[in-house]
Amino acid sequence: MSFIEINDLSHVYHRGQADEIAALSHVSLKIDDGEFVAVLGANGSGKSTLAKHLNAILLPTGGSVVVDGMDTRDMAHLWDIRQEVGMVFQNPDNQIIAAVVEDDVAFGPENLGVPSDEIRKRVDDSLALVGMSDFARFAPHLLSGGQKQRIAIAGALAMHTRCLVLDEPTAMLDPVGRAEVLNAVRELHENEKITVIYITHFMEEAAAASRVVVMERGEVVVDDEPHGVFPCVEEMKKRGLDVPLASEVAWRLRKQGVKLPDNIISDDELVAAICR
Amino acid sequence: MSIELKNVTYTYMRGTAFERTALKDITLTLKENSLTAIAGHTGSGKSTLVQHLNGLLHPTSGVVTVDGTDIAGKSKEAVDARRKVGMVFQYPEHQLFEETVEKDVAFGPKNMGLSSDEVTRRVKNALGFVNIDYDNYKDRSPFQMSGGQMRRVAIAGVLAMEPKYLVLDEPTAGLDPRGRDELIAGIMRFHREHNMTIILVSHSMDDIALMADRVVFMHDGRVLLDAPPTEAFFAKDAIKEAGLNQPRTVTLLNKLKEHGLDVDVASFKVDDTVKRIMSAIKRRKSC
Repeated sequence: MSFIEINDLSHVYHRGQADEIAALSHVSLKIDDGEFVAVLGANGSGKSTLAKHLNAILLPTGGSVVVDGMDTRDMAHLWDIRQEVGMVFQNPDNQIIAAVVEDDVAFGPENLGVPSDEIRKRVDDSLALVGMSDFARFAPHLLSGGQKQRIAIAGALAMHTRCLVLDEPTAMLDPVGRAEVLNAVRELHENEKITVIYITHFMEEAAAASRVVVMERGEVVVDDEPHGVFPCVEEMKKRGLDVPLASEVAWRLRKQGVKLPDNIISDDELVAAICR
Repeated sequence: MSIELKNVTYTYMRGTAFERTALKDITLTLKENSLTAIAGHTGSGKSTLVQHLNGLLHPTSGVVTVDGTDIAGKSKEAVDARRKVGMVFQYPEHQLFEETVEKDVAFGPKNMGLSSDEVTRRVKNALGFVNIDYDNYKDRSPFQMSGGQMRRVAIAGVLAMEPKYLVLDEPTAGLDPRGRDELIAGIMRFHREHNMTIILVSHSMDDIALMADRVVFMHDGRVLLDAPPTEAFFAKDAIKEAGLNQPRTVTLLNKLKEHGLDVDVASFKVDDTVKRIMSAIKRRKSC
């Protein structure tokens, strides 16, 4: 059994009302422990609705979501599920509540009734994992966007979360902040074996994942590794999406007769192919 | 005609323990018909700066003039000068409130006291520029639309006031790639056809490189660099100090050059980048 099993999941908002809208239709996905899955799709394609099902913020109106063997519809498992699956949202200012960084990170484990010396250890470990140890006593409002997002991630880690669901965590960040957050996520995935589900509109970020899921009108339309997804330049553009610059440049060069491999997704791969 | 900042300094919470000077002696001219991009990391002073352009904040010291009029006062002239500057904040879709798209976009021009024919003309025009079909969408609720469409309707509401100067703060943040491309194309058309002066705040160096004729890098409350994109995006030290990066095209071309391809790196457009790589490959083969 996979870590997360999404079985024929549908979600209808405002069912029975004039503004009824089907946000997810018959989505089935299995996500294994330790995967790094990027989720792409146009605005309104159902990405965020899907994400909110992974820790029972939303419950299915059809089908089911099972996390580590626990059905999200079973209220008895609610807190176990939320502990295993942590969420980080787009706006860093909406998810930090305490006046001091380390208090914010401690908030989750405190609510679980974790003993205080254990909390101390978890907070220190979590801040170290996202490279924010030096800021433990800072006021969050003095931090940059990238730093705030890493504090939000540390808050989830302090819960001993096994899986991070990040919903466009870099959309509001400056270039340095974007790099900080993506690097922190990659390190957590590689070193701590955290399962990552990463929603983004930045194709270069998605290329860092081990698997890419593309959503369209509430359905999963592509599910493949990045090297299988991004070389399909025309298909991705037709869906209103994009590809990494290197994929597009390689595709256009090939159309003009330059001999290049058909699976290029990064600058380094393109450079290696051209400057042999 | 222009917006001018002369020796503008702004201090938040002056006289308290939280006192912080966000702008330090800024002198800057935003010329009519230009498209100036303002870039800088979080906390560099960008947002504080643009809030001075229509009088949402007044300088602690220094002067902001719009077409020669000091906008700080309460006189009719100062009020009129402030109204020449339209402001689109981050996530403008959060400010939608009307029942229909038409009513929402018409709200600003109606409050300007324009005739109903003129209001309708402006609403149609503004929606056209952001690529929202008037006949199809005018009676729909903006809250039934996708995020990208809502963003465009909200921007149309400001365009419909036909301000002489338009400030856009992160207009493409959170939009999907197609929504981003369409919005940029609409803004550029409005800029050209209405000669609208635009001040664009953005974290996307790719967008800035494609749109702006001038780039201002802010750092620590000061203007670090003020130059055309062809110059600014090759000022490596300034880019590093400002915590920014080069556009993706330049990054790729630089890597190719470092690995021995004799290619011209000053390109911001994808098709142009491909052309340059193509000709460099051909040159290489011929020798």
